[in-house]
Amino acid sequence: MGVKPVNTSRREFLKTSAMAGGGLIIGFTLPGTSRLAQAAGKEAQMNAYLRIAPNNAITVVCGLSEMGQGVHTAIPMLIAEELDADWSRVRVEQGGVDKAFVNPIFGIQATGGSTAVRGHWDPMRKAGAAARAMLIAAAAESWKADAADCRTERGMVIHKSGKKLSYGQLAEKAAKLVPPKDVKLKDPAQFSLLGKSGTKRLDTAAKSTGKAKYGLDVYLPGMLTAVIAYPPVPGGKAVSVNDAKAKAVPGVRQVVQIPAGVAVLADGYWAAKLGRDALEIQWDHGANASLSSEGISKMLSAGAAAGGAVGRNEGDFKAAKPAKKIEAEYEAPYLSHSCMEPLNCTAWVKKDGVEIWAGTQSQGPAQGILSQVAGVQPGQVKINTMYLGGGFGRRFAPDPVIGATVLSKITGKPVKLVYSREDDTRGYFYRPASVTRMTGGLDTSGSAMLFTANVASPSIMEASHFMKLPPDGVDEFGVEGIRDCPYDIPNLHIEYSRQEPGNLQVWFWRSVGHSQNSFFLESFIDELAHAAGKDPFEFRRSLLGKQPRYKGVLELAAEKADWGKPLPAGVHRGIAVVFSFGSWCAEVAEVSVGPDGAPKVHRVVAAVDCGMTVNPDIVKRQVESAVVYGLTAALYGKITFKDGRVEQSNFHDYRMLRMNEMPKVEVYIVPSREAPGGMGEPGTPPIAPAVANAIFAATGKRIRKLPLLG
Amino acid sequence: MVSFLLNGKPRKVDVAPDTPLLWVLRDSLHLTGTKFGCGIAQCGACTVHLDGQPVRSCSTPVSAAAGKKVTTIEGVGATSAGKAVQAAWIQHDVPQCGYCQSGQIMSASALVAKNRAPSDADIDAAMSGNVCRCGTYNQIREAIKDAAANVKGA
Repeated sequence: MGVKPVNTSRREFLKTSAMAGGGLIIGFTLPGTSRLAQAAGKEAQMNAYLRIAPNNAITVVCGLSEMGQGVHTAIPMLIAEELDADWSRVRVEQGGVDKAFVNPIFGIQATGGSTAVRGHWDPMRKAGAAARAMLIAAAAESWKADAADCRTERGMVIHKSGKKLSYGQLAEKAAKLVPPKDVKLKDPAQFSLLGKSGTKRLDTAAKSTGKAKYGLDVYLPGMLTAVIAYPPVPGGKAVSVNDAKAKAVPGVRQVVQIPAGVAVLADGYWAAKLGRDALEIQWDHGANASLSSEGISKMLSAGAAAGGAVGRNEGDFKAAKPAKKIEAEYEAPYLSHSCMEPLNCTAWVKKDGVEIWAGTQSQGPAQGILSQVAGVQPGQVKINTMYLGGGFGRRFAPDPVIGATVLSKITGKPVKLVYSREDDTRGYFYRPASVTRMTGGLDTSGSAMLFTANVASPSIMEASHFMKLPPDGVDEFGVEGIRDCPYDIPNLHIEYSRQEPGNLQVWFWRSVGHSQNSFFLESFIDELAHAAGKDPFEFRRSLLGKQPRYKGVLELAAEKADWGKPLPAGVHRGIAVVFSFGSWCAEVAEVSVGPDGAPKVHRVVAAVDCGMTVNPDIVKRQVESAVVYGLTAALYGKITFKDGRVEQSNFHDYRMLRMNEMPKVEVYIVPSREAPGGMGEPGTPPIAPAVANAIFAATGKRIRKLPLLG
Repeated sequence: MVSFLLNGKPRKVDVAPDTPLLWVLRDSLHLTGTKFGCGIAQCGACTVHLDGQPVRSCSTPVSAAAGKKVTTIEGVGATSAGKAVQAAWIQHDVPQCGYCQSGQIMSASALVAKNRAPSDADIDAAMSGNVCRCGTYNQIREAIKDAAANVKGA
């Protein structure tokens, strides 16, 4: 199944109107849609998200980006549930840029922050329910019957007399009706799809046969492929360029200097790469010529020692007099996202607008940015969202789409900008490094009575260019996962010290601040448990009396992992629990440590409370995926600097977890009728501390700096 | 000019002989199922078969394919092993982002073609050159075992 971009001319046929209660924007059909429907093979457009064909085929148009998280299955399931669709007839199509696809949580069209199900749970169900009501009304009208005497089942409207009409038979008529202002949604007890196991992903066949089209798979007539020679030191500039040898490479068409660097444009990637290799460039390395990881660590450590803006204060941390006090400094490195598909974008700047093809997480922001880059109106920027070969936050950043658009504008041709793996690894937008200094105190009975943390790290809010550091000076991503410390500790104090070594471009990385702060907090809580002479699970549990959902996942993970029961010789357990993106997740890692000190993770047991689920199979896979992502970083991940240059380049020195290192992963979902939480990220934060805590259990050695194999 | 048999059909391409096979498949022939991941044979996303053997096409000059049979993800379903592997991938809903899966399937098909009962160690040995950033390794392992049991023919 391919992903076809929606024809943007359809936008004119979509009326958007706000429905009461939650900023829902839903597109409805207008007179004239029947002409459109004829052009589209007589499919009837029920609303912006849904078309029904006479042969009963149902097409769900999804404005969110599919990057592996399963949104191209989850969104159709939400609609199909309330529509009472025949799931076997449902297909999915990628939507373009449209107000109808504004992410209700972000207020702009974008995919990230584990928001897809949380933001669209109600709106997509309402879209399905509204269409169902229109189909019933059309059937009732045909039969001159009362709509109240009609029900729906698997793509059919059925009258109490037994008469039936299929959705395909009714759609054209139904699409002309005025959509209902309000619709009643199903009680979750009535769900037949949502929350049930066994619904397969809609993109599997395309992704198992090589047919799925990613950004890199776009080929346009007359297209040039570009690679850019980027400054080797962040902030550097080319002062002289000799491109004679580059231009002599067969297939190289043009060499142009742009703000990002020196671009070589050629008939294909290989010629462009050879051309770039042949460039002779003199760089001015600028202010970062001597940037080093040692210097960065010192700067962050000094920030953590000094403290900064107060993020949270409870009790009186200065007056608290613990019977036993421990102090520790923790550190986490910069990380690259390293999506499997290297970053890329194809852009074509024409007289009347810009069209791009990209695996992007941020269509809305890109539309605004590119309209400025190309000097056109936002409405003249057409974005074709392709499948994303991984996202993890990196594809929220605009650098590839800007670069491709600039190059197309200069050359007048369609340009595919490709990052080599080395460009991708060295392309910044890193998870920020952080140093955090913590103190903890116990009373005479061994109960925790003091916790303080000074976090020093760069500000993602400022780096994002669409947020600002709030007036209190505390970057919410800098402290998330530690400011929201759930443990019942009477004296609690959190500070944030903004430090910007090298003014490096930092960015959102799967689970963002939790990716390092949960490692800090959940490792340090383990230290406190050890200082108190208590079991790490029982110690946490005793401090979570007011946090039933934290406690719920903690207990479930411990139970399923047989916490406290014997393990094979040399294997030890560690535990951690984290709330992030609306969901609670606890993980137990079983780890052994080899004679060389290298840890081997044998098994991970995860318990998750994400409220109601759309597709529990995908939830489990997302947790497993998030565990691998976090474990890879915990074991190997670090971007380091020497003489201003990033030392890592490709998968040989920025290592990935591989098949032979993969632990068994078990995921248990807490049954719930609570509102859905996010699921793309919450599995990542607990794994690093769970593994580090298991290593402590195995060796008595406390890991305070990542990566583990650093 | 380099000639080879691509998914059963003779092809001739006019490219420099040291051009990596990957870029000939993608940029010259627009056969996009074979993916670019690292360019240095570290991730396996570009895996194709050369006379039935899995190779990293990013680091294989097209001249090495001269006169040989090149099989890509677009053609592997015509082999009994490839067909069984693709069916198992679909049955187990293996892919997430899917970008590495062409390469995974090509490596798995080569394994299953010669080993109808691969052990975990066999799977580790055959598959550890293929990186999956989404972490689908456990599903890949299960799918390979199923596929191996279901391959039709000798």
